[in-house]
Amino acid sequence: MSFAVPATLEARLDELTTHYPQKRSASLMFLHALQEHFGHISDEAVEWTARKLGLTPINVHELVTFYPMFRQQPLGKTHVKVCRTLSCALAGSAEVRAHFCEKLGLDAHAHAPQTTADGKFTVEFVECLAACGSAPVVLVNEDLHEKVTAAKADDILRTGK
Amino acid sequence: MSAPAIPSPAPAPVAPPPVETMTVKVNGKTLQVPKTMPDWQGKPQATTMLQAARCAGVDIPHYCYHDKLPVAGNCRMCLVEFGTPMIGPDRKPVLNEDGSPKIAKSVLPYEPGTPRGAIACATPIAPGMEIYADSPATKQMREAVLESLLINHPLDCPICDQAGECKLQEYSVQHGQAGSRFVEAKVHKPKAVDLGPRIVLDDERCILCTRCIRFTKDIAGDDALGIVNRGSYNTIAAWKEGAFDNNYTLNTVDLCPVGALTSKDFRFKMRVWFLKETKSVCTSCGTGCSITIGSREGVIQRYEPRENDGVNGPWMCDSGRLNYKWVAREDRLKDVMVGGRRSTWTAALKEVSAKLAAAPKGSTAVVASARQTTEELFLLKKLADKLGAQTASVARTGEADKLLVAADKNPNTNGATLNGFAAADLPKVAAGIAAGSIKTLVVFGEDVTQHGIGADLLAKLETLVVSDILPNATTAAATHLLPGAAHAEKRGTFVNVKGRLQKFTKAVEAPGDARAEWEFLHDIVLDVTGQDGFVSIEGLFNQMAKEVPAFAGLEWAKVGDTGVNVPL
Repeated sequence: MSFAVPATLEARLDELTTHYPQKRSASLMFLHALQEHFGHISDEAVEWTARKLGLTPINVHELVTFYPMFRQQPLGKTHVKVCRTLSCALAGSAEVRAHFCEKLGLDAHAHAPQTTADGKFTVEFVECLAACGSAPVVLVNEDLHEKVTAAKADDILRTGK
Repeated sequence: MSAPAIPSPAPAPVAPPPVETMTVKVNGKTLQVPKTMPDWQGKPQATTMLQAARCAGVDIPHYCYHDKLPVAGNCRMCLVEFGTPMIGPDRKPVLNEDGSPKIAKSVLPYEPGTPRGAIACATPIAPGMEIYADSPATKQMREAVLESLLINHPLDCPICDQAGECKLQEYSVQHGQAGSRFVEAKVHKPKAVDLGPRIVLDDERCILCTRCIRFTKDIAGDDALGIVNRGSYNTIAAWKEGAFDNNYTLNTVDLCPVGALTSKDFRFKMRVWFLKETKSVCTSCGTGCSITIGSREGVIQRYEPRENDGVNGPWMCDSGRLNYKWVAREDRLKDVMVGGRRSTWTAALKEVSAKLAAAPKGSTAVVASARQTTEELFLLKKLADKLGAQTASVARTGEADKLLVAADKNPNTNGATLNGFAAADLPKVAAGIAAGSIKTLVVFGEDVTQHGIGADLLAKLETLVVSDILPNATTAAATHLLPGAAHAEKRGTFVNVKGRLQKFTKAVEAPGDARAEWEFLHDIVLDVTGQDGFVSIEGLFNQMAKEVPAFAGLEWAKVGDTGVNVPL
């Protein structure tokens, strides 16, 4: 798949650059826009951003890797975000994530988000989803699932195709 | 002011204005330190606690701080406890009973019982400040910082290439504690990363001081390195593997205080404590960076830059640093040859002297390389003068860069010029041979067949005396071949493109019968001119200083390790 930024998007980003005293300050806005358009930030997107803003690719790469919500790989169709902040952690979110991983054949000990080989599921730990009262919680795409147990997790996997 | 103001076109440097000082106390010792000191670019900046402590002879441990790099202040190793004079509500100093100013030690604002350190590398001093570089609180901070730095470190010192020159090892011994409270699993990071063509990176050993990033961005001008990921997963990286490729990358290996960045050329070749270190000068271009040659058992293992603010600062280029392998080449000239047969120094020198002495005045030419030492060029000039010989040198130019590399690829062009050897005279030698007026040619360190005196011209000569290090078409045609020594195998001086005279010393022995050129040139000069010179390099240099105006007043013993500037 070749990397091509639509002219309208490029024009919007060029205009955006003028809002900042330094071009470099527009880096995050560029990355947000590119992720929104392409679904993830590819190496080509990093190089394109660096070229546009007069930076070296490593400068942009630092940003992309610093923020966990910038995605370097395409996400699965169903995106399972398991909360790991205190309430959920106490209520067993680690087990919930391990269950998801096990069912999907992923490594439960890995640090970063993982996507199944068929591209259907991505599982990752995230920080607080602001539903501590019903921990552990899982956000599947845009839907919040509360008090998630192994059985509920299996339901989620069944429906999320 | 009583000094008469006499206008002059070139005023002598005015005495610098008196340095403004400040009183501080370091480890209980009161001293005056300058209010400002040079920062990494040499600009005056408020003196830091680290600099003030240095003035008192106290070295505060540090990783990320480097004299010639922008201050980052991220490693926290230089944390020290300090105190400042107390100011009362009336804005006047609070005094002790004995009249001395009362010092308020730095403490945490919300927890006054706990000392609060400051990073010495980035904290400016204030009048009356007291720095406690060895107080129990400072020691505790250092222990804590080291414990923290070692949390994810693999502690693989036995197989680490940095062992023996590792700041992590050194500070752990000096300032660390024996144990760690860390019992959890360590974070694993990339190992043996191919960062660039000359560099391998072990991210697990890295302490994230960012010296390499700052060097390549701010000194080398190649913003190629960065820190990716975050928290304990922080990792030094280039955009792509192998992408870290400028002509100064190996300086990051020197800068790296730990075993993270290693040189592909040197890694696993040698434990550093076996290396003999010799002060020398790089010969790859006219800049003549000061270097330290690391050798063992007669073999050069590496070059490293030797700090010299008069020439190269603490840096050197990669191409110069790696240009040492030719010294140990198998095909080095090792034998004295006369008429194509192996001879001895005694016999060959006798014959060379006799031939030169017998040559009619003006029928000789001397071509001396600007890669010979100044002393050798001086002796060759003496010989040439006696013989009425045409002299010449050979120019060697290439590309320069903005940092260190000079366009002149000869290390001693100025040494040659000051002794009367000019590259512009080379065509005269060729013309003389072609016309038959030059019958004897003496060549030191050049393959003249590459520079306008082809094999056809060499064939017209009656005598061709050649000294060189490696074989070439000229050495092959020599009637008398005298094997010489590389700079690392002898002592001498070079004068760089800016007129910096630097001396270098001998690291390894020359192979076979090869000898330092100045040694046997002395014998030839004695035989031909009857002038006995000096059989030591010290005496020879001092004699040259008396005779060559640019070196007037110099003495070998007084030329320090960083050299002196001479007028060009």
